[in-house]
Amino acid sequence: MNRPVTNFLDKRLIFVTGKGGVGKSTVSVALGIRAALEGKRTIICEVAASENTSRMFRQEEVGFREVELANDLWAISIDPDDSMREYVLLQLKVKAMRDLLFRSRLFTYLADATPGLNELVTIGKIWELAQLDRKIKHGRKYDLVIVDSPATGHGVSFLRTPRVFANIAKVGPMYNQARELDELITDHEQTGAVVVCLPEEMPVNETVKLESDLREDIEVAVDRVIMNAMYPERFARSERPALESMADSEDEVVRAAGRAGVSESRRREAQEEQLERLTRSIASTPISTLPFLFEPELSLEAARILGEAID
Amino acid sequence: MPSIEEILEGRRICICAGSGGVGKTTTSAAIALGMVEQGLRVCVLTIDPAKRLADSLGLEELGNEAAMVDPELLRENGVEPRGELWAMMLDAKQTFDELVARHAEDEQARERVLENQIYQQISSALAGSQEYMAMEKLFELHSEGRYDLLVLDTPPSRNALDFLDAPERLTQFIEGRSLQLFIKPTGLAARVAGRGAGVVLAILKRILGFDLLADLSEFFNAFSGMIEGFQDRAQRVNSLLRDGETTFVIVCGPQAEPIEEAVFFHSKLIEAGMSFGGAIVNRVRYSLLDPVPPEKELVEKLEAAARSRDLAGRAAENLVEYGLLAERDEDNIERLRSQLSGEPVIRVPYLDTDVHDIEGLAEINRFLFADERTRVDRAT
Repeated sequence: MNRPVTNFLDKRLIFVTGKGGVGKSTVSVALGIRAALEGKRTIICEVAASENTSRMFRQEEVGFREVELANDLWAISIDPDDSMREYVLLQLKVKAMRDLLFRSRLFTYLADATPGLNELVTIGKIWELAQLDRKIKHGRKYDLVIVDSPATGHGVSFLRTPRVFANIAKVGPMYNQARELDELITDHEQTGAVVVCLPEEMPVNETVKLESDLREDIEVAVDRVIMNAMYPERFARSERPALESMADSEDEVVRAAGRAGVSESRRREAQEEQLERLTRSIASTPISTLPFLFEPELSLEAARILGEAID
Repeated sequence: MPSIEEILEGRRICICAGSGGVGKTTTSAAIALGMVEQGLRVCVLTIDPAKRLADSLGLEELGNEAAMVDPELLRENGVEPRGELWAMMLDAKQTFDELVARHAEDEQARERVLENQIYQQISSALAGSQEYMAMEKLFELHSEGRYDLLVLDTPPSRNALDFLDAPERLTQFIEGRSLQLFIKPTGLAARVAGRGAGVVLAILKRILGFDLLADLSEFFNAFSGMIEGFQDRAQRVNSLLRDGETTFVIVCGPQAEPIEEAVFFHSKLIEAGMSFGGAIVNRVRYSLLDPVPPEKELVEKLEAAARSRDLAGRAAENLVEYGLLAERDEDNIERLRSQLSGEPVIRVPYLDTDVHDIEGLAEINRFLFADERTRVDRAT
């Protein structure tokens, strides 16, 4: 760990975004471990309630409370209902009033039906976690909050929610709150986004679009695009014929090795093309690559290896 | 294990569900293409096709209306279209607008909704609206009755279940009309709302501010005349999903997480009284050699064929690592099989290249449209 500190980890808040299935949760945990090893008190927030983090840490369940996973590393699964209760209490200050509100049919309707309200209170909770002066009693202070954001599409609209609310409300307490959230998201000193990508056609297309939407539409600082799961350069292109002839062998062991070799070599070649395409299409953000890990399930150890591999 | 063709026997609708990044769009297109080869007129509804795939089907301007793929193009790529292949790309916002137009009492009511700024913000972004609109379009196409089979590629939600919840969520959302009763309580409405409402409203104003509350009220109110139409429609969409002619196919990957999701989704489908056709597991690493000998031993065996000890070493290492993943895939799929208690599970192998053309779809169909024995033979 004598690497220079990756400067984007010096921010207070990082949104890890990307298309579904590209490894956002893994990258979030990898970044979290990396930051914790660098001595930053870090919390990973799951938003999609997929509980991947707890799986990786073999924790029963993370849930809506801050759970310690490792030294300097914490996790929370942000549930919109719980966030709403907490938010309303912070606004009203009086528990009895909050409970009265939550019992009313009107409020239940409103909370369920109002588009984007869940996302708004979720971001509100993220904001609260990122405060050095925590709003909730006995709140721990974090140096870094990492958000495992919802998948693309939902991803951009998720980050746009505060602005939408601010535009609709125009004045009043909700407006002020929403403005404050939007200001945090667009604060390039404090907040950044990381886009996770896979070296395949569709993910690259979506990443190119997402990266520019985040920068130009949301106006969040995009600090890194991470090309995940790159195969090793195990075979040279010139070795392909040798592998191909092995794949045609009568001997089943030679044949199996040849087929596995040809397959990986072709895959790696296709991945390189995608990486090139990504590099050509994205000019304004540095791209890092992460290796494909030949492990049945991604473990904590694997996440640590990935964390160290990020440059 | 039956082929997809047997699974779809007698069905008019095939809904491909699954979480993001598992190859749902490609699988949907492959199923549609294969059924066209069987002589059916098929329409595939997709949300966000890979541009290269759309291009390769000659569908640059894929829009909210179905377009037919040129049969000549299919023939050129070695596919004999005994039926017809149609494709469309769902535009959620446009579908939502059309729905509003259909249910609005008059021009004025329609404009009021379409021009409402909250509506404009949410009609494409509301969680569940894309899912609901996909079903809406499916319903519309089914009612037209022009196709033998509809294949729906569901939106890339983080959770396949979002799809099943969508009609209910939309109904809930338009039921926000009751807000109106509380905000302008007059006459009967005031009595219905009751006394507690005043206090709640005061608290709400404190949290949201009056303007936002009023805007929301206006938004829900704009929808008020359409509620019955929406509810009726949602009901009909719901019964279509439970109809004997509809079946769900779960698409997933071989890793633990998508497999778990597939199992969970299957149980939810059954619970909801819907038909489960089978699971398609994409990108499976079939075991190439069982058991894989230890690496050292492998190197010895490979050296002669590789004509270099160095290459033999790397090929051995690669085979061992491949073997680990193949073993994982097999365990996960075994678990899937046992949890699905005998329902069909189709494994599509991890191909050497990504699929984004007709030829690639045909390659996938060598597995989807084959029986289990043929599949294994072809993959190993």
